[in-house]
Amino acid sequence: MKKLSARRRHPLAAVVVLLFALAVTGGLYAAFAPADTAKADDSAQSLAIEEGKKLYSVGCASCHGTGGQGTTDGPSLVGVGAAAVDFQVATGRMPLQQQGAQAPRKKAIYNQAEIDQLAAYVASLGAGPAVPNKDQYSPDGADIAKGGELFRTNCAQCHNFTGKGGALSNGKYAPSLEDVNPKHIYEAMQTGPQNMPSFPDTTMSEKNKKDIIAYLDTVNTSKSETPGGLELGGLGPVSEGLFAWVFGLGAMVVLAIWVAARTAKAKKS
Amino acid sequence: MSTATTNTPGADAPGRRKAPAGERVADWADGRLGIYSLAKANMRKIFPDHWSFMLGEVCLYSFLIIILTGVYLTLFFHPSMAETVYHGPYVPMQGMRMSEAFASTVNISFDVRGGLLVRQIHHWAALIFLAAMFLHMMRVFFTGAFRKPREVNWLFGFLLFVLGMFTGFTGYSLPDDLLSGTGVRFMEGAILSVPIIGTYVSMFLFGGEFPGSDFVPRFFSIHVLLLPGIMLGLVVAHMILVVYHKHTQYPGPGRTEKNVVGMPLMPVYMAKAGGFFFLVFGAIAAISAIATINPIWAIGPYRPDQVSTGAQPDWYMGFSEGLIRVMPGWEINVWGHTFVLGVVIPLIIFPTVLAAIAVYPFIESWVTGDKREHHLLDRPRNAPTRTAFGAAWISWYFVLLVGGGNDLWATHFHLSINAITWFVRVGFFVVPVLVFITTRRICMGLQRRDKDKVLHGRESGIIKRLPHGEFVEVHEPLSQEQLHTLTSHEQPKPLELVPEVDENGVERKVTGSQKLRVKLSKGFYGEGTQVPKATAEEFHEITSGHGHH
Amino acid sequence: MSSQDIPEENLPHVQGDTHSSDVTKPAGDPFADPGLPPHEHRKQDIDERAASRSERMVALLFLVSMVATVGFIASYVSIPVDKIVYVFPIGHVSALNFALGLTLGVALFCIGAGAVHWARTLMSDVEVADERHPIEAAPEVKAKVLADFKQGAEESAFGRRKLIRNTMFGALALVPLSGVVLLRDLGPLPGTKLRKTAWSEGKMLINQNTLQPLRPEDVQVGSLTFAMPEGMKEEDHDFQQEIAKAALMIVRIQPANIKDKKTLDWGTDGILAYSKICTHVGCPISLYEQQTHHVLCPCHQSTFDLSDGGRVIFGPAGHALPQLRIKVNDKGYLEAMGDFAEPVGPAFWERG
Repeated sequence: MKKLSARRRHPLAAVVVLLFALAVTGGLYAAFAPADTAKADDSAQSLAIEEGKKLYSVGCASCHGTGGQGTTDGPSLVGVGAAAVDFQVATGRMPLQQQGAQAPRKKAIYNQAEIDQLAAYVASLGAGPAVPNKDQYSPDGADIAKGGELFRTNCAQCHNFTGKGGALSNGKYAPSLEDVNPKHIYEAMQTGPQNMPSFPDTTMSEKNKKDIIAYLDTVNTSKSETPGGLELGGLGPVSEGLFAWVFGLGAMVVLAIWVAARTAKAKKS
Repeated sequence: MSTATTNTPGADAPGRRKAPAGERVADWADGRLGIYSLAKANMRKIFPDHWSFMLGEVCLYSFLIIILTGVYLTLFFHPSMAETVYHGPYVPMQGMRMSEAFASTVNISFDVRGGLLVRQIHHWAALIFLAAMFLHMMRVFFTGAFRKPREVNWLFGFLLFVLGMFTGFTGYSLPDDLLSGTGVRFMEGAILSVPIIGTYVSMFLFGGEFPGSDFVPRFFSIHVLLLPGIMLGLVVAHMILVVYHKHTQYPGPGRTEKNVVGMPLMPVYMAKAGGFFFLVFGAIAAISAIATINPIWAIGPYRPDQVSTGAQPDWYMGFSEGLIRVMPGWEINVWGHTFVLGVVIPLIIFPTVLAAIAVYPFIESWVTGDKREHHLLDRPRNAPTRTAFGAAWISWYFVLLVGGGNDLWATHFHLSINAITWFVRVGFFVVPVLVFITTRRICMGLQRRDKDKVLHGRESGIIKRLPHGEFVEVHEPLSQEQLHTLTSHEQPKPLELVPEVDENGVERKVTGSQKLRVKLSKGFYGEGTQVPKATAEEFHEITSGHGHH
Repeated sequence: MSSQDIPEENLPHVQGDTHSSDVTKPAGDPFADPGLPPHEHRKQDIDERAASRSERMVALLFLVSMVATVGFIASYVSIPVDKIVYVFPIGHVSALNFALGLTLGVALFCIGAGAVHWARTLMSDVEVADERHPIEAAPEVKAKVLADFKQGAEESAFGRRKLIRNTMFGALALVPLSGVVLLRDLGPLPGTKLRKTAWSEGKMLINQNTLQPLRPEDVQVGSLTFAMPEGMKEEDHDFQQEIAKAALMIVRIQPANIKDKKTLDWGTDGILAYSKICTHVGCPISLYEQQTHHVLCPCHQSTFDLSDGGRVIFGPAGHALPQLRIKVNDKGYLEAMGDFAEPVGPAFWERG
């Protein structure tokens, strides 16, 4: 304690206290802030019935209307197809937790069997794209380089050159594609969820989609190679500049302090 | 030793001591280059010890590293926009059409052993070079080291920063990747917006329509020859002036305007500065081993109809990116001509932002009318107006940087990009003013604290109970060194307007510029801009009545 | 270790003791400069063992550097250039880059660290004061220089013989013009190049993904497609220049949602074709939000409303996105009804 009180007048004491206070505030915030991930709705899950309609009337009808005709809170689901349901529900975007600029990806509430039931129900409301099968979206045997070119023409403008995501207007955004299930990427291209435009088979062939998925599978998974070292978010010059300032110049300043500092004296008062 | 340096014949005659080989080489060189006179003046040159004086060295060394690695890269880089089809080892690019420039950069990254490392060192060193110049410039600014006799050197340094920005931009454009190509496209658009000559300059620069096949070789010679050549000359001039002026120093015991206190070049600073080069190089090499920079293989070759979100330039161009992003889209059409104000105005503000900091030293010296040499540095708090101006300028620059990265701020802080753009539009005008006022107040507070410390001593943290029960905190008187350091600064008085009629009744003309000068001087040093420092009388009065705090 | 442990004779004699000799504190000025503080010894100055420790440390650093250089060469020779390894927490990185960078870093860093440690612990750390001299020349020097200059100027007769002076200035002013003229062939004159694109009447819209001509039924509401003019090929030598102007973005909006009549008329059945090149500074704009019909530029966030004639609704762009007039031809394909009605891309002086 004595040591502490002697040091509290040290010129750096204020800095230490400030850092400590920041750490505590941040920690408290992290501990008490509302969790992003939705808690699985146990009641809905335990009430799961094998029929999609019942699931629908419990989980979806309040916004999309009892017959999927849409309300002011949610669009019509007539004709969106099974692929759209599979994408929205399996990536956790639906059911929506709260109204906002756009529905974020979160933990899925329904299991795959329930999603299939829901999809079957919505598909029965009007014809739309079906859930793709594995042959369609599996990256095996696709042309990765062609996929890269297609990705840069059709996707990179919103999702960034390796699919790290980017901003859209008024708080909307194109999400990161890292480690997204190829099936869901395929479905998203086909159905155009939310503000994303669709890329139907008539303008972007099945083969094109497969190539794009193969490209993403190569460059944008947690196992992708980054030969140069840390990827720094894959965001380009902004994160590089930040890294250069914080770690690059930071290291230089620390070294300069060491080089210029006087060596400890034999008797220190 | 004198025996060896005489030029009399027979100095090397047998029987006499033969000078050691090193000395004989030095003699040979001296006879032709006069190195002894040079060494006499400089070998024991004194450099003061302070970490902030090493920032300029970081710039110098990163510049040298950039030159070294850059020369290596030219051995493998093909500055050509001829089309080629890729058949190298990188699978996601097999069979793609690209320019020779892009293909050779991929080749450097994946086929040349160590090529990737050198590329990354080159680019990281460039970012650190610019960042170090920025920080070095701020150190010089806030300590007032730009004052006479160093104004010219301040300008040299400023020019180096600006040239560094453009050298960086041209280098960044060379690989002809999708990101840099987008940057060049922006440049083309900006040139097109220039009234009257814009389209001509664009056609001449790109050898026709954008992108053409000329800009990579042209940028190449600008990047490796023209700009670095000028920079090298400026660096040499900058260093000669540093040596000639002798380094500035912080105030302290034994440090005056007439001396410089520190360690001699030979041996201490030779070892420290020489060693520091290796430290900087080693640290940048390690960073380049650990962190990717500009992964062009992931970004892809340039095509004018493709783009990636997050299209930003390197950080040092970020503030201009901010200007261009937040500018409203004004465009005027008259008499069949288009004034593209939405682009031209940022183009004009861009050099203005930089010039604002560059001309400040001249404004300050004009306002103060100070013609003396200054070698003792100011503590930033003791020059509140200057410090506040500098802080305001940094905040201005930073607001624009935020604007330049508005899309990433939006995605990473869950904000609306439109809201950030509006914040920057307003902040461009408001933030510097707020920062100016706040900083000046903080400086005054610190001055007041210094004054208290001088008069009352340092708060020791020890609480003592007096016999009659009162608790007091014991204040330790400052040492003589500290007292001197805290009181040695000058406090300039504001200029006064000379009376329009002098004592002999002769009328004097007071020009508008004189009036402005007096007004500015009041703003700089008038009432409410500084706390009068402790006087000897105050000090004696307080110290004579002991225990009375 | 306190100073009492050190035998007196081990202390080197005090250097720089003159510094503190003038500490005569004038009674009047309590803030007078006390002069340089006396030099205090470091451990290494007085304790030979500490000095040897420092010496060994410096030597060790230099040795580590040598080992690292050997490691660099060994890595260069032995690690294949395409080998990828997983390094926690960095990721799947090039083994060669990582090894070369770290060994080079260590080799360089240790030389620096050794030299600095040597300077800090073993070289004298006595502060020395050096005199400064004014930069300005003494008055007599200045007078001599001015006199010399005046003499030189008079001898040249520069001021007297005005004809020489004026013609010389004339010649010097004209001669750089040759250099300016030489720059003429840097590029062609603009002409109408910026006004024309590869689009013309009857050219079909070719889907850039499939390279097939587009039919109206291919383009669904809410979809986004990119097209280039019929006859354009990636292999063409001028492909880059042409696509830089001709790139096209095709969307389909329910005709009821199209606010502008001209926009509706220039499309076909709600299929609208817009230039992909931003009117701000030319980025390929295409961040299309299918629900709002807004398209955003990734470079500077200019936002255009495609349902309303490509009107600018936010950001730095100064005019609307040009729309290409299209129709369905006899064979049922989409085709252009001409070139763009106005220049595409960034505005320029002659645009009007």
